[in-house]
Amino acid sequence: MHRRKIIDRLISGWMAAGLFFVLMIPLAIGLGLVLKSLPILKILALPELLGGSIWKPLSGQFGFKPFILSSVYVTLISFLIAGPVCLLSAIYLTQYASRRLLSLMQPVIDILAGIPSVVYGVWGVLVIVPFVIRLAELREVAISGYCLLSGGIVLAVMSIPFILNILIEVIQAIPIELKEASLSVGASYWETIKWVLLRAGFSGIMAAFGLGISKALGETIAVLMVVGNVVQIPQSLFEAGYPLPALIANNYGEMMSIPLYDSALMFGALILFVIIVLFNGLARLAINHGERYR
Amino acid sequence: MRRKNIEERIFKSLAAAATYLIIAVLLFLIVVILKNGLRALDWGMLTKVPQGGFYFGEEGGILNAIVGSFYLALGATFLAFIIGLPVALYMNIHLLRQRFWLNRIRFLLDVLWGVPSIVYGAFGFTLMLLLGLRASLLAGILTVTLLIVPIMIRSMDEVLQTIPRGLLESAYALGSTRSEVAIKVYIRQALPGVITALLLSFGRGIGDAAAVLFTAGYTDYIPTSLNQPTATLPLAIFFQLSSPIPAVRERAYASAVVLTVIILIVSLAARLLSAKYREHVIK
Amino acid sequence: MNDTIIGIHHLNVTHAGTPILKDVNLEIPRNRVTVILGPSGCGKTTLLKCLNRLIDIYNGLDVSGQIYLDGEEILNRRNDLTRIRQKMGLLSQRPYPLPMSIFDNVAYGLKIQGLRNRDELADRVEFYLRQVNLWEEVKDRLKSPATRLSIGQQQRLCLARGLAVEPEIILADEPTSALDPLSSTCIEEQFMKLKRDYTILIVTHIMRQARRLADHVIFIYLGEVIEQGTPTQIFDHPQHPTTKQYLRVGH
Repeated sequence: MHRRKIIDRLISGWMAAGLFFVLMIPLAIGLGLVLKSLPILKILALPELLGGSIWKPLSGQFGFKPFILSSVYVTLISFLIAGPVCLLSAIYLTQYASRRLLSLMQPVIDILAGIPSVVYGVWGVLVIVPFVIRLAELREVAISGYCLLSGGIVLAVMSIPFILNILIEVIQAIPIELKEASLSVGASYWETIKWVLLRAGFSGIMAAFGLGISKALGETIAVLMVVGNVVQIPQSLFEAGYPLPALIANNYGEMMSIPLYDSALMFGALILFVIIVLFNGLARLAINHGERYR
Repeated sequence: MRRKNIEERIFKSLAAAATYLIIAVLLFLIVVILKNGLRALDWGMLTKVPQGGFYFGEEGGILNAIVGSFYLALGATFLAFIIGLPVALYMNIHLLRQRFWLNRIRFLLDVLWGVPSIVYGAFGFTLMLLLGLRASLLAGILTVTLLIVPIMIRSMDEVLQTIPRGLLESAYALGSTRSEVAIKVYIRQALPGVITALLLSFGRGIGDAAAVLFTAGYTDYIPTSLNQPTATLPLAIFFQLSSPIPAVRERAYASAVVLTVIILIVSLAARLLSAKYREHVIK
Repeated sequence: MNDTIIGIHHLNVTHAGTPILKDVNLEIPRNRVTVILGPSGCGKTTLLKCLNRLIDIYNGLDVSGQIYLDGEEILNRRNDLTRIRQKMGLLSQRPYPLPMSIFDNVAYGLKIQGLRNRDELADRVEFYLRQVNLWEEVKDRLKSPATRLSIGQQQRLCLARGLAVEPEIILADEPTSALDPLSSTCIEEQFMKLKRDYTILIVTHIMRQARRLADHVIFIYLGEVIEQGTPTQIFDHPQHPTTKQYLRVGH
């Protein structure tokens, strides 16, 4: 009896310690990145760092604007493609399609979501980059193909399974009686979708989009492989960009050899961390709130 | 009435088109990866390490990356499991009545799940310097562990939540301690779900590039200890694809096929298991 | 009782080979309250959903047979379902107000029909809210979300929403099962008032409710019509052993 109690204590202790450890991860990440960013924050003010557009680590100039804007542009392009496609497809799968198509689609979504970022990158290099070159040729522009648009398209394809999955769940969670109520007063399917389902699922749909955007913001390898990585403020879809994650990933090798460079890159990671946690947190809150509402 | 019908038709066809577009893109993606990869794939590719450097050597294969990836992903999955399982159990047994805290913990884990791997990579790098480690298998394992722990916990948590409370109460009634309940009742009940969680985490771990970029290094050889750097499949693809030498790029395509096939097997297995699991759950 | 509004002939519904409704033949009289009585899970709700073809949105159900509404076959036609559905107002077990304001809930069906004139919309909304005795309670907050109303008020709102499209028939699926006794009484009173102008079809398993409301009672058990007739026939002189047993054990 006594031994059983001791074992129980030990195991419970291990469990609690594990939980404590896990809960410390976000705090540790935040704190670690802040500490690492302090050296550069001491020298350059926040507005200078975020708003400056000159990036010359060797002469101590660290302006993050090109990277932040590139990130925003690539994410925006991907969202403009993935958002409507996902919403339409989620509507089709849950409202119009046969159950067989939906159950066929589920593994397709799972597989697409599971394919590693780097494989999407290979596909982007082999398929999307040549495609974008063609597209530019139509408008009589000669380009390398490694540009914002390529990055945005690859990113869109990557976010589709992720967003679609959440959207399907959101729409399926809407009580079927709402649909019945709308149909029974003589609304067509489309009217029911437009006036009732989209409204009832509004917060969930917004949350799905928010999660998709925050995932796109942090995506690294696939984008890095097709986006061009030139430090500039891109002026068109066919110009190369240099998103934040790509900046961090590309320069880890040199960052220890140039003063303040490591601090600057860790500051970049901190920006990403803060923005994504905020986005994610808000989206999750919206989803949880939606569930409670029902 | 006419206009209403036309509007419905248009949107219905658009919606159908979006769906079939997604299916087409998946097929296209797999076909492209397979076509390029299978051409490059032969027995030597799978059983040899690269000769003369992974970036310049024209001979040899990707065994270093395959083995390295398995070491790394298995190590990280194991670590994440011995942290994650107890946490998931703790949440569903000890904290069962603390709804307030449970909601907050789940929220935090969900947010952690969304943190991009590049941030884990940067953090892992910082941690590595702090602990005085070099870029190595160990540092890679630790970083990937951090990355997959939230996934592990949340997917096991989802399964454990489905276990009826009555089971817990009847086990208490028989005089079991909480950890006996955890081990004898919960783990057994949720076993298929736990294995699914393991598979998912393994899949995420083996496919991630950004987290190991800083921490695992890269090498032509198969690591023989935890302190040595290791090659991984995602980085094998990433580094070798940018090579000017066609034979090296072939290795990247081959790595992409191997990685994709591993992911396909893992996600199919997870799917089959969870489908089987659902059959046994009585609502 | 000779005026039939709905005729059901050889209606069969199966789900993955399991029958839910077995060869149902019924005639529903016009401008009467017909109560479909039977234990839960016997196919009552399915029968109701066949009538306005809501059965369409459920996957994996095989439906065969004919249903005539005003002499028009509705089960096997593909088009103009919306017109057929507008002939029937639906009241479900729990109230499900649409995710919009109180006003828009009632106006929804009217707008679907193409009514755009604001004044007329306002008049009609008021008319139907009055008809279900809800107007006085909500007239100052027509723009607030319908979900803020109490359950009983929500159910009356749903009734008003159904009435607004001027149906001939009201289909009610255990309409009081989620309500408190007071709201239930209120809904029942509405039905008594409405039966002058509408055909009302109520599904219930509450025998006293059936007795209070019914002009005609249909007893269904395990997907089959066991017995039908006036309340006196069914409740006081049941013929079939299953009916007798149900009445003895029932509520």
